[in-house]
Amino acid sequence: MPTERTLKLAAIGTVAGIFSGLFGVGGGTVIVPLLILWFGYGERLATGTSLAAIVIIGTLGAIAQGGIYGNVHVETGLLLSIPAIGGVVLGTAIQQRISQRAVSFIFAALLIAIAIELVIP
Amino acid sequence: MDELLAVLLAAAGGVAGGLVGVGGGVLFVPALSIFLGLTQVEAESTSLLMIVLVALVGAYRQNSYGNLNLRDALTIGILSPLGVLIGVVIANNVSEQVLRTCFAALALFFAYQLLRRAWRSPDQAGQGRREAE
Repeated sequence: MPTERTLKLAAIGTVAGIFSGLFGVGGGTVIVPLLILWFGYGERLATGTSLAAIVIIGTLGAIAQGGIYGNVHVETGLLLSIPAIGGVVLGTAIQQRISQRAVSFIFAALLIAIAIELVIP
Repeated sequence: MDELLAVLLAAAGGVAGGLVGVGGGVLFVPALSIFLGLTQVEAESTSLLMIVLVALVGAYRQNSYGNLNLRDALTIGILSPLGVLIGVVIANNVSEQVLRTCFAALALFFAYQLLRRAWRSPDQAGQGRREAE
């Protein structure tokens, strides 16, 4: 019998998957706020856990797209990943040095920007 | 010049990913499509590869800072394909305009809740530590 906690996590996974399927985003935009607001996660724990979930969601999606449709430009993707990985190491390091509230404020700003981008065609 | 801008956008996407725990695809897709000439579909697929690598390194770094609950992450990730299927069904039956409006409303609701919570809570600055478990 799954616990209530497992069911809530399943709901987060399902919602993240829905948005991945609909908008092609990794799902972090819904995973992070739901972990904070629903589970009382601190911002840092929420963002770290979200990244790990995105690895799984993205891997499943990439296998489906790369394997079936062959649209992935592997060499370009790998080359451009070098600065992106440098960025994520820097971003996580910065995050440890700012307050958790600041992470929430930045995330809220990101959500508002996404909302505006969605309704303006 | 275009290559340089693509590199800068990719780095910015990585920083954003590390700061707020998203994959960075919002910036990777334009880097690939606008500056490197991939089609939209190719850019989105290739962006997924980058997201996986970036999220993997980001999660590894966060784990070493003590900010990762692997069990919860696995549960969320493994159950997401169910949601992807539901998403595809929804996309085929609901107009894109309605979907966009609904997601925008949800994003604004989350933003409001996060701001309200952050505004009220006293803060603990400093090194990352496992706070909720």
